[in-house]
Amino acid sequence: MVSSNYFTERDVERLEAQALQIREDILSMIHAAKSGHPGGSLSAVEMVTALYFHVMRIDPQNPDWEDRDRFILSKGHSCPVLYAALARRGYFSPDLLHTLRQYHSILQGHPDMKKTPGVDMTAGSLGNGLSIGVGMQLSAKLHHQNYMTYVMLGDGEIQEGMVWEAAMAAGHHELKNLVAIVDCNGVQINGWVNEIMTIEPVADKWRAFGWRVIEVNGHNMKDVLTALHTAKTMRHPTAILMRTVKGKGVSFMEDDCSWHGSAPDDEQLVKAIAEIKEGGVV
Amino acid sequence: MGKTIATRMAFGHELLEIAKTNENFVVCNADTKTCGLEKFGIHFPEREFSFGIAEQNLVGGAAGLAACGNKVFLATFAVFASMRACEQVRTFICYPNLNVTIIGTHAGLQVGGDGATHAAIEDVSIMRSFPNMTIVQPADAIAAKALAHAAVDFTGPLYVRLHRNPVADLYDPQTYRFEWGEANLVVNHGSDMTIIVSGILLKKAVDAAALLKEQGIGVRVLDMATIKPLDKEAVIRAAKETGAIMTIEDHTILGGLGAAVAEVVVENCPVPMQRIGIQDRFAESGDPELLYRDNHMDVDSIVEKAKALIVRKKKRAGGI
Repeated sequence: MVSSNYFTERDVERLEAQALQIREDILSMIHAAKSGHPGGSLSAVEMVTALYFHVMRIDPQNPDWEDRDRFILSKGHSCPVLYAALARRGYFSPDLLHTLRQYHSILQGHPDMKKTPGVDMTAGSLGNGLSIGVGMQLSAKLHHQNYMTYVMLGDGEIQEGMVWEAAMAAGHHELKNLVAIVDCNGVQINGWVNEIMTIEPVADKWRAFGWRVIEVNGHNMKDVLTALHTAKTMRHPTAILMRTVKGKGVSFMEDDCSWHGSAPDDEQLVKAIAEIKEGGVV
Repeated sequence: MGKTIATRMAFGHELLEIAKTNENFVVCNADTKTCGLEKFGIHFPEREFSFGIAEQNLVGGAAGLAACGNKVFLATFAVFASMRACEQVRTFICYPNLNVTIIGTHAGLQVGGDGATHAAIEDVSIMRSFPNMTIVQPADAIAAKALAHAAVDFTGPLYVRLHRNPVADLYDPQTYRFEWGEANLVVNHGSDMTIIVSGILLKKAVDAAALLKEQGIGVRVLDMATIKPLDKEAVIRAAKETGAIMTIEDHTILGGLGAAVAEVVVENCPVPMQRIGIQDRFAESGDPELLYRDNHMDVDSIVEKAKALIVRKKKRAGGI
């Protein structure tokens, strides 16, 4: 059941403004690094913003709090969105964002739980995060804790077989506080997901493994908040399949696989940030 | 001859015993008959997690449990731990330096009838290349039991390499003490050469040393239970004091104990060496003793190779 006071209009406005800031951070940091993955970072902005600024029980002053909710960015190459959220949430100074991918930076090219405050698990090699999430929820059951574990995967990523080993285990162990969030932006590094290796019927796949499925527009903050709240009430592991646009908010990046893993130059950065500020998100 | 228990069963049973009084660890199982820990869930249902026939998920799940502060033991065949789940061990246990003990059973040619697919002969090379990883291999059931206690108290990624079939106990349970990273001098018949061995082939090394003694060759035998970090000081001392080193391992000679010892020897005190082990070939089905003989790892072959090594040592001394 979705509580009517779970979020207010003011929350939505606040979160949308925060999402704008994070989009700008993503572009700036990848531009500064001269490499990185803007496409899949931009498609995940609303979800990551909703999680870190409204939904998750976390304490930036105490990143290792035992009862905190966990977030695993299994599609670890999209870490700019996570780093921007962590910095803006107060885990570390936003000044550090421009050190992304630099020598001795706390912000590695893929998430490193030992180097970055607030990163709950090292990630980057696709297909692994959901298994880690299974382990975290087994630990929660063992110690009678009720924290949630959110695992964000790419839609291309679920081509990895290990994802389905983990999905099977989550169903078997009835891990009701495990939420898989699949960023269905439809694009992977060399083209359209469903041309390279189709994942459809994706919802049926998750259901067949014992999961409840919520399908949502991943760029609509209200829908995202509602989906996250619904997932919390489920008695089974829940997959949120969020329909998104790769490169969302920047016209020349949207739906273009060439922006999976390349950085904007000076001119492109100015244009991209102007577009984000003008257009906001739909 | 003492009791005959496989190192894998001794380790697993001891862990079950320890679990009765120590609540601070959990066990993750794939569906294999590894070391008796498949029964852990009968005694401690809350502390055992079944992952089915899915070793990558097994290791990933163990990493997740460890990331939440749990001490985790996972058990599967060494071939699967080191190769099927190789990247999960590397990237999600070793890289974040998590507190997971990987129990790899059915190591080496001793696996026998199952043949090449199930005989892990390259697992040490693989595990040894991962930063943060510690590797241990007990020589008999006594050592395996002691190691179970040490492993429970250990923090960090740990690979425990265990064998399938029963072997005679060499050590005295009253006097044996396991010490991390310390070679154990088992035989000291003189200073003609040192045999450095790890795991159940210690018995063959000891038997070969006795035969060599009869032939007037004084051999020391070092049990290198901890393969990584290697007891470099013991290796250098052996090279300096005996001038010739033989290594014996139930593993390919590429990248395992022999290679680890050779790295230390050539960088510190080059002396003639001979590596006994599997010579860049796969295992096959058969009686383990026949397989050992076929790979020149039986006692007679060890004796012959040792004598040839002594000849090389003398030639070198004469030539310089």
